[in-house]
Amino acid sequence: MPTPISRDDVARVAQLARLTLTDDELDRFTGQLGAVLDHARDIEALDIDDVPPTAHPYPLVNVLRADEVGATLDRDEVLAQAPSAEDGRFRVPTILGQEP
Amino acid sequence: MSDQSATEAAYVVEGSEGDRWAIVVGLEVHVELATATKLFCACPNVFGDEPNTNVCPTCLGLPGSLPVLNRNAVELAMRIGRALRCTVEPSVFARKNYFYPDMPKDYQVSQYDKPINVDGELALPDGTVVGIERAHLEEDTGKNTHAGGGGRIHDADYSLIDYNRAGVPLVEIVSRPDIRTPDQARAYVAELRQLLVAIGASDARMEEASMRVDANVSVRPEGTTELGTRCEIKNLNSIRSLGRAIEYEARRQVDLLETGERVRQETRHWDEDGGRTRPGRSKEEAEDYRYFDEPDLVPVAPDEAWQAAVDANLPELPASRRARLAERAGRPTTDGGVALTVERDLDALAHAAMDAGGDPARVLTHVEHNVPVEAAGGLDPAQLADLVRLELDGALTATQAKTVLAEVIASGRPPADIAAERGFEAMDTSALEGTIDEIIAANPTEWDDYVHGDDARRGKLTGFFTGQVMKATKGQADGKVVNQLLGARRAAALAGE
Repeated sequence: MPTPISRDDVARVAQLARLTLTDDELDRFTGQLGAVLDHARDIEALDIDDVPPTAHPYPLVNVLRADEVGATLDRDEVLAQAPSAEDGRFRVPTILGQEP
Repeated sequence: MSDQSATEAAYVVEGSEGDRWAIVVGLEVHVELATATKLFCACPNVFGDEPNTNVCPTCLGLPGSLPVLNRNAVELAMRIGRALRCTVEPSVFARKNYFYPDMPKDYQVSQYDKPINVDGELALPDGTVVGIERAHLEEDTGKNTHAGGGGRIHDADYSLIDYNRAGVPLVEIVSRPDIRTPDQARAYVAELRQLLVAIGASDARMEEASMRVDANVSVRPEGTTELGTRCEIKNLNSIRSLGRAIEYEARRQVDLLETGERVRQETRHWDEDGGRTRPGRSKEEAEDYRYFDEPDLVPVAPDEAWQAAVDANLPELPASRRARLAERAGRPTTDGGVALTVERDLDALAHAAMDAGGDPARVLTHVEHNVPVEAAGGLDPAQLADLVRLELDGALTATQAKTVLAEVIASGRPPADIAAERGFEAMDTSALEGTIDEIIAANPTEWDDYVHGDDARRGKLTGFFTGQVMKATKGQADGKVVNQLLGARRAAALAGE
């Protein structure tokens, strides 16, 4: 059976999550994530063609609220939680090249 | 538009060897919904407030906060979908994961593989039908201001973030790649904008960014059907920039292909001042958003009763309003004046004046040319009908009617009173005939040209003679009657030769 996830896959996922991993960590996590995916293979073995995918255990739909304005937070208090603020705004490092 | 004219209107980019390239465009339009609050929290949805004053734990992504969906946002999304002839489907929210500080959660909640509206269409005024692939709900992101350096992203030292807009409800309307010319792209956005305003879903202001347009542009040899590699153009701030950007981008891609290079699939930014597109990030890299279903929200599945209520509450759409007005006024449905009147929302006034007995053709002419939008609310349609009646009875010339109408709008007084006060009464025809004969006698060369010249020449001289008559009568003469009398004099002159 081939390994369920390659070392390159793990490196890529780490990069997407902005995690810097050492070579040792890459090896270790490739093994650990592989074990998790191996477990999922047990489920893949089942015939679930007729079972619709779901993200929720209950058949709930349309949980909605009325379009009515509620309380907002105090700006000074909000900005005080941030490492840096300026001019009523959050101040963050340069974000060149990462715009979605 | 007939197939013939569609072919004639095709937009072609010519290569250096005379090769002909066609363009294929699909548009993604984001519109902010006109709700009172944000999509998942009760913060006000207001443009232009002080930064970071409309924020709460949910839209700031603070630990332990949970989203609850705004019913009105769903309602407005369905209105948009149904107005675009989409099918409303059970839909699911997903997390779009990325690292960028415009969303403090590090993900944006959007609809991914199960959007609320699918498979619709939008008919453009010229008859072109553009398919709508989907129109889904999502939350807007915060607003970055790049500070330091030159203020642009490339040389910014840091960014400042305002989260007032984070979580504002958006609908993203994705067209199929059915657009073939820059004009069609412009017409699509203009029509969509009008529709969104008409159904009360959004104020759709591109200048306030409550409507944002991205264009997917590709080229292919004319007559082929395979799609080329596309680039997505962002930062289009007006309908005009949209057209310019498509023209520029199509040219750029053709130049690349002609020199044996390939088009890279990427996001490009429109640079309004430079009149060009510039590369953004590489798409292959950034597009791994690792979507997964949002576990904090349950699916949205509007039942039939809700959908039926949405349908029942939809107002008449601009296309139908144009058709109805055009038919009543005896103009083609593609008439520019008809389109303008509907766009200005003055068609109801025109219909009311027609209902009050005003001649439809004249009523529309006045509404189109002589009724300022901002003053239209003060105009009684019955008075407009009265004015048109005076005009058609011959009591007022077209020029006088225009003057009287301006005063009716300003004062609200009856047109007949205003006309009487100003001493407007149509000249009787015999007096007018005398004036015309004098003018003909005073301008023998022009008159000879008028009688014997070709149509174009005569058209010009009709203007000359009408102008002379108007001058002599201080604008009291009826231009139509002058025209008839000139024609009769010419016929007589020709018969006498």
